[in-house]
Amino acid sequence: MSHPPRHSSMLSISNNVQTAATPSEKPLPPTQLQATSQTPPGLRVPSNRKTIYDRHLNRTRNGELSRASFAFLFGEMVTYAQRRVTGIQDLERRLNEQGYPLGLRLLDLLFYRTTSSTSSSALSSSSTSASPPNRPLRILPLLHLIHGPLWRQLFNRSADALEHSISPDTPNEYMITDNDPLVNTYISVPKEMNQLSCAAFVAGIIEGVCDGCGFEAKVSAHNQPSELWPSRTIFLLRFGDSVMEREKVLERAGVK
Amino acid sequence: MSSSTKVSRIGEELWKTKIDKVNAELVTLTYGTIVAQLCQDYDGNYHDVNKQLEKMGYNIGMRLIEDFLAKSNAGRCANFRETADMISKVGFKIFLNVTPTVTNWTSDNNQFSLIFDENPLADFVELPDDGRAQDELWFSNILCGVLRGSLEMVQMQIEAHFVSDVLRGDDTTEMRVSLVRYIEDEMPPEDD
Repeated sequence: MSHPPRHSSMLSISNNVQTAATPSEKPLPPTQLQATSQTPPGLRVPSNRKTIYDRHLNRTRNGELSRASFAFLFGEMVTYAQRRVTGIQDLERRLNEQGYPLGLRLLDLLFYRTTSSTSSSALSSSSTSASPPNRPLRILPLLHLIHGPLWRQLFNRSADALEHSISPDTPNEYMITDNDPLVNTYISVPKEMNQLSCAAFVAGIIEGVCDGCGFEAKVSAHNQPSELWPSRTIFLLRFGDSVMEREKVLERAGVK
Repeated sequence: MSSSTKVSRIGEELWKTKIDKVNAELVTLTYGTIVAQLCQDYDGNYHDVNKQLEKMGYNIGMRLIEDFLAKSNAGRCANFRETADMISKVGFKIFLNVTPTVTNWTSDNNQFSLIFDENPLADFVELPDDGRAQDELWFSNILCGVLRGSLEMVQMQIEAHFVSDVLRGDDTTEMRVSLVRYIEDEMPPEDD
């Protein structure tokens, strides 16, 4: 499994969500930093202290940007990736890898936000329990987290369907459906590449969330157009054997 | 002065009524992952990363201008000062929901600075603590390319670069924009 190296190869540059940053990176409290007159080792910070540590993490929670900006950036990302790959699969792998670190970080952000908002206000509509949500231990709560809160955070709506594989050979396969994924809206895929789904980027995000939660999984995106939804996409989650084994143990133990 | 407020009202109005929106963090994170990927691909050669970001921005700018013109219905600017106002108060407003301050004009009115109070591309970002990134990487360099590409499509050759960035520990984020020349009746260059 290639997961541990992926964790370690992550660059700290990619949008270090505050909670994800290791505390050791910032050993001195601000007052001490200013008291020592010589330049401290590490990163320089502006004197007005406009750093990620000084700004509230929820500041951008309900922020909006233009959809066009996203489309332009994502389009350019795909174009750039395309020039450095050998084929469709390779391109999808690359897009997946670019989504993966976002998943790891979004997970922390999601937990931070769900717990801090539940303590003050009413629970989000998706949750049925009265206590603040914990990290999911079983597969189903994890899938609900992805289908609901994660999707809402990224795309302002829930995903459209969540299914379990009906085949007895593949009990480890689950599917999340998005009828009209935002990421595919502005990408026109040439005919000879009709296998390609740029939603591989989102698959990578999901994979990051699963891995971050301790559910080793492979996630891929597949085009499943229907008459009504021409760009319908299915995200196939394949959980690893260790996850399925643990799932059985937890089930016997009555953990939900 | 009044024309400037008028322009900013146009930008506000467009943002409120005509612009499809997405979650800001999705854009921020997507940009972050692009830069991170480049840093990896170019083996931490930040000069090349800057260059590649500028190039990507250029490609975006060439297409973005059409979207800008269609949405804003803006006419031709009478001079470069008007162009600067239009960039800040309509362009940046409708694409990034910020209005950088236009300032530090040279006496010939051919150079100005954009000062960014907010930069959504850089939210949540901390540069790598490798002793080089803060001296070499311009994290938001894609914006320079966007300006160059889009203005080229409306017959202005410009040069844009960042001179400071809060991510580097500076107190402001400032981009310097210079008009090189007005382009007359030439074929647009190839998309690179």
